[in-house]
Amino acid sequence: MRTTLLQMAIDELMEMMPWIEDYFSSFAIDPAEIGNLKLEELGSTPGKDYFMEKGTTYHAFIDGFFMFIEQVKALKQDSGFSINSLTVFPGRNKNGETEAFSVELKKGKVTAIVGPTGSGKSRLLADIESLAQKDTPTGRSILVDGRSPTDEERFSTEGRFIAQLSQNMNFVMDLSVEDFLTLHAESRMVDEIHHIVQKIYDTANVLAGEPFSRETPVTQLSGGQSRALMIADTALLSPASVVLIDEIENAGVDKVKSLELLVSNNKIVLISTHDPLLALSADQRIVIKNGGISKLLKTTDDEKKHLESLEKIDRKITLMRDQLRTGEEIDLSDLLI
Amino acid sequence: MRLVTVAGPPSSGKTSIIVRTVEELKNKGFTVGVVKFDCLSAQDEELYSAYSIPVRTGLSGGLCPDHFFVSNIEEAIKWAEDRNFDFLITESAGLCNRCSPHIKDVLAICVIDNLSGVNTPKKIGPMLKMADIVVITKGDIVSQAEREVFAYRVRQVNPRGMIIHINGVTGQGSFYLAKQVEKTSSVDTLRGATLRFTMPGALCSYCLGERKIGDDRQIGVSKLVNFRGDD
Repeated sequence: MRTTLLQMAIDELMEMMPWIEDYFSSFAIDPAEIGNLKLEELGSTPGKDYFMEKGTTYHAFIDGFFMFIEQVKALKQDSGFSINSLTVFPGRNKNGETEAFSVELKKGKVTAIVGPTGSGKSRLLADIESLAQKDTPTGRSILVDGRSPTDEERFSTEGRFIAQLSQNMNFVMDLSVEDFLTLHAESRMVDEIHHIVQKIYDTANVLAGEPFSRETPVTQLSGGQSRALMIADTALLSPASVVLIDEIENAGVDKVKSLELLVSNNKIVLISTHDPLLALSADQRIVIKNGGISKLLKTTDDEKKHLESLEKIDRKITLMRDQLRTGEEIDLSDLLI
Repeated sequence: MRLVTVAGPPSSGKTSIIVRTVEELKNKGFTVGVVKFDCLSAQDEELYSAYSIPVRTGLSGGLCPDHFFVSNIEEAIKWAEDRNFDFLITESAGLCNRCSPHIKDVLAICVIDNLSGVNTPKKIGPMLKMADIVVITKGDIVSQAEREVFAYRVRQVNPRGMIIHINGVTGQGSFYLAKQVEKTSSVDTLRGATLRFTMPGALCSYCLGERKIGDDRQIGVSKLVNFRGDD
């Protein structure tokens, strides 16, 4: 295949794989300008010195070209790394005591992680992210779909199978919502870019309390709008099959709907939280104490029954916050104590 | 002894990444020394010392830090070998985007951060393009989408490198890196070893301390921008 491609003209290659433009552009080469040339002729035009200037060599450029093709094909094929379940096998807590049981995390289910600050919640998230195999400080091991991942699987994922979301995250790109989503969709090699951008935009507007336009620069979105856009984008466009969420309670988004959205897109969701509404919306919760998993509580029917009233309280608080923000008087009339 | 070169733009998080990785290596019973190459000043010695990591600093002053690095690297290895370290990690700041400190057959790591902007990978030369491992930092403060786009942009310029995301504050991800660093093979000497790419070159009057401006002052290798072409 390599020889065949080397003898093809850039125009032909572009027709076959339009995304190779991305690779050429990183060497400041415009494929349109050299459309008639064969790939193997690039060593003489633009020439060796040109590649030298760009901090590479012609051979490295060509090798890189073929590797880039491989990478993109992999990106297009597997939407990441599809996982049905993760099992966390016991490790040790800070006193060296072995954890008593293993925990299974399933596709389409939410697991909350609760425990005081510094108790080891992040450590658990880190173990999951690195697919620990008794080689992290906790000694835990993580099985993927019931078996130990090979080293190759662990290290070749490059974090692609886990998405993370936290309150500290901000947008830093200087782009409008629409351009931003388009850029992300392009880098994911999505076929119907317009369609997916529209879908993410609509979903984010449902999750956000206050609507926003496509022209808004992402850096100017409010905290709630940003969070809503991040959640919708992660659910609908990220290849990750596991989503780790760190405290989104005060974010000003519809929390329950956000979790539902992620779950309905077949993600394994872990949320570290102190918010009763979020914790009880989960299917189970892991209690962390002194660096170890100390309890696993299934959300009881009784707890689920009270979810609705919890939601009501939550909505009331959101309403009061909005009233406060817009300078109205706070309506205390239906406040149940 | 095993040698690893770490390079990256200023403030990308090199020191944090190295400290975290050394911690992981120390947990496994290895001894590690660090040599920091910088330009004008380096405050990291205290940081390394706080983690009880043996460190030496070299300041290049008026010289190109890359050239300074390569002329001192053998001595650095000797320093580390005399102390029987299992690993020597060198840290050098990529002060110009054309820096190219990586050596053939020596594990080369480039550290770059998510905040530097999506066009940055294109602007950085051999330091990024020829690295075996690209560590991307500060992922904890940007969105998932930006992390994915940024990683894709790194892929574009370095399709063969391995990408590792590390949070320098919590150390999340450094475990991965330590595992890769551990796999690298040992070197006795760098005598006869080859740089992966030529270093940025300059041999002109300004290299030798000229301060006056003017074409009559320019002697040696120089390069002119064409400002007279068609607009």
